[in-house]
Amino acid sequence: MPGRQLIMTFEVTPTSHTLEAYKARGGYQTLEKALKMAPADVTKEVTASGLLGHGGAAFPVGRKWGVMKPIPGEIHYLCANADEGEPGTFKDRWILENAPHLLVESMLITSYALGVRHAFVYIRGEFDLPYRRIQGAVDEAYAAGLLGKPVFGSEFALDLVVYRGAGSYVCGEASGLITSIEGRKPYPRNRPPRLTVRGLFQKPTVINNVESLANITGIIRMGAEEFRKVGTPKSPGTQLVSISGHIAKPGVYEVEYGYPWAKFLDEDCGGMLHGAKLKCVVPGGISTKVLTRAEIEPLTLSHESVNPAGSGLGSGGMIAVAEGTCMVRFLQVLLRFYHHESCGQCTPCREGMGWMHKIIDRIVAGQGVPEDIERLYAISHANDGTTICGMGDAAGYATVGILNKYRDEFEYFIQNKRSKFDGRLECLA
Amino acid sequence: MKHLIPEFEKMKERFPAGFESSLVLPCLHRIQADRGFVADEDIDGLVAYLGVPRVQVEEVLSYYTMLRREGIGRHHLQVCRNIACSMRGAEGVIEHACKRLGVKPGETTADGKFTLSTVECLGSCGTAPVMMVNDAYHENLTLQELDRLIEECK
Ligand SMILES: Cc1cc2nc3c(=O)[nH]c(=O)nc-3n(C[C@H](O)[C@H](O)[C@H](O)COP(=O)(O)O)c2cc1C
Ligand code: SF4
Ligand code: FES
Repeated sequence: MPGRQLIMTFEVTPTSHTLEAYKARGGYQTLEKALKMAPADVTKEVTASGLLGHGGAAFPVGRKWGVMKPIPGEIHYLCANADEGEPGTFKDRWILENAPHLLVESMLITSYALGVRHAFVYIRGEFDLPYRRIQGAVDEAYAAGLLGKPVFGSEFALDLVVYRGAGSYVCGEASGLITSIEGRKPYPRNRPPRLTVRGLFQKPTVINNVESLANITGIIRMGAEEFRKVGTPKSPGTQLVSISGHIAKPGVYEVEYGYPWAKFLDEDCGGMLHGAKLKCVVPGGISTKVLTRAEIEPLTLSHESVNPAGSGLGSGGMIAVAEGTCMVRFLQVLLRFYHHESCGQCTPCREGMGWMHKIIDRIVAGQGVPEDIERLYAISHANDGTTICGMGDAAGYATVGILNKYRDEFEYFIQNKRSKFDGRLECLA
Repeated sequence: MKHLIPEFEKMKERFPAGFESSLVLPCLHRIQADRGFVADEDIDGLVAYLGVPRVQVEEVLSYYTMLRREGIGRHHLQVCRNIACSMRGAEGVIEHACKRLGVKPGETTADGKFTLSTVECLGSCGTAPVMMVNDAYHENLTLQELDRLIEECK
């Protein structure tokens, strides 16, 4: 494994997800410890740990929590974002399936710190086993008296609801998630006000990614100082990287921040499929800009290394792309997706995605015109910063990222009415 | 849907008071699992039970891709067509499924047995290509396995 582990620390067996197995690993002892601390001290420890959000934006978790002052008698909510919709990302699923109690314990600790009485796990509707596992863990925790009533002799009690989505990418966006739980169509909301000020049903709400929350138990158990010994000073801890595409050994890997990127691909992931050569990598979900083999060569898997290279680790959804893959077809799939998922609220996103999708389809059909490339750029730029949620920008980033690096393939396609390669997305033996 | 009300009441217990509106989606999920789709009378029942505006229920129903107002084939095949799956042969899977079943994505076979759909990333990209048959994921799908699944469902 690439470096030290904080989450994938136990052997996965047919029963390792159960309450009994979790308790045998020391489960729920950290909750007992946390309940003896003052709530504000729990938040302080999390802030000191430097934990960065794992949902995509790498926002400091402690800073988000710090906005939400637990005022006694006030209502606050917590939501774990388990929508996992960013294409290429399947790491939260590992936690939900294999360590559901780690999430439940972490949400108990977080709720205690933030004065939350009701918390939600918002899980995408298609997930079947992950849903059964997290719902099963919640039911076990209720039966064991860990949820639903005061716990470990304290006055703190939490109710936890697993809330299922129904097939919509914008529900992963924090405010879309909230409108979804409110029982309406999941339109994202303009900010400010921040959700930590006015969130679910207008009450202060913290939303964190599943993996962000899963780290809380470890941070409180070992203390911020110990936690910071893993990873790098600017990227403390680890990241669950889910890797797919043309890679020999796809799957979920827990990577210690600072681990050399090329080594991770070549050694840990077994190199490329069928001995192919690496053309480029999508670092963290399709909304992050692709980086070429040469670009990643000197980089480590840490925010301070990848961000200056013009991309980001995003949601940890890494996709390896082999030489010979047609990037025009590649972008076509992405733009079809964004168009399909636009909620339609903002004109630049709703119309822009439609236009981009149309243009790329036209190019692939051999009917592109040279101006199409500039049109794709122009629409991407027009979206940047003009939409309610990050999806408008994200589609533009992805597009510009590919156009900047593979413009020649687009020009070739338009001129010759066919792919520079054979239009393949697959990597054949 | 009336026979489901005892279940809805149990579900309510874990929600904060005053969260009736939040129950729209979970109730619709349960109704659809029961009937296969959401009928007009279900909407009437839900509006009466939760006391939410009818337009809200309609809005939710029309927005989410997983919710249906009409029945579909007994076996719902949903093939992921997003990037990681396409890179591992999803386009061939979709083509093969269309040919085998004689339908296009979004259609149901004449005998009502199969509905074929394409969907976006199912969060299973490391075991691509992926197809759901009703609620179950089938990962690392091959054309042989697809044939076998179709035979088994017939
Ligand atoms: C279109 C869109 C989709 C998103 N999807 C997800 C998702 O599936 N899971 C997730 O955790 N965050 C997702 N996010 C990010 C969330 O808005 C939010 O930043 C995150 O859940 C916060 O958690 P963190 O601070 O712990 O990272 C998405 C953002 C956008 C703009
Ligand atoms: S940017 Fe797109 S997805 Fe986000 S709120 Fe606007 S229209 Fe909806
Ligand atoms: S792309 Fe098919 S499951 Fe993610």
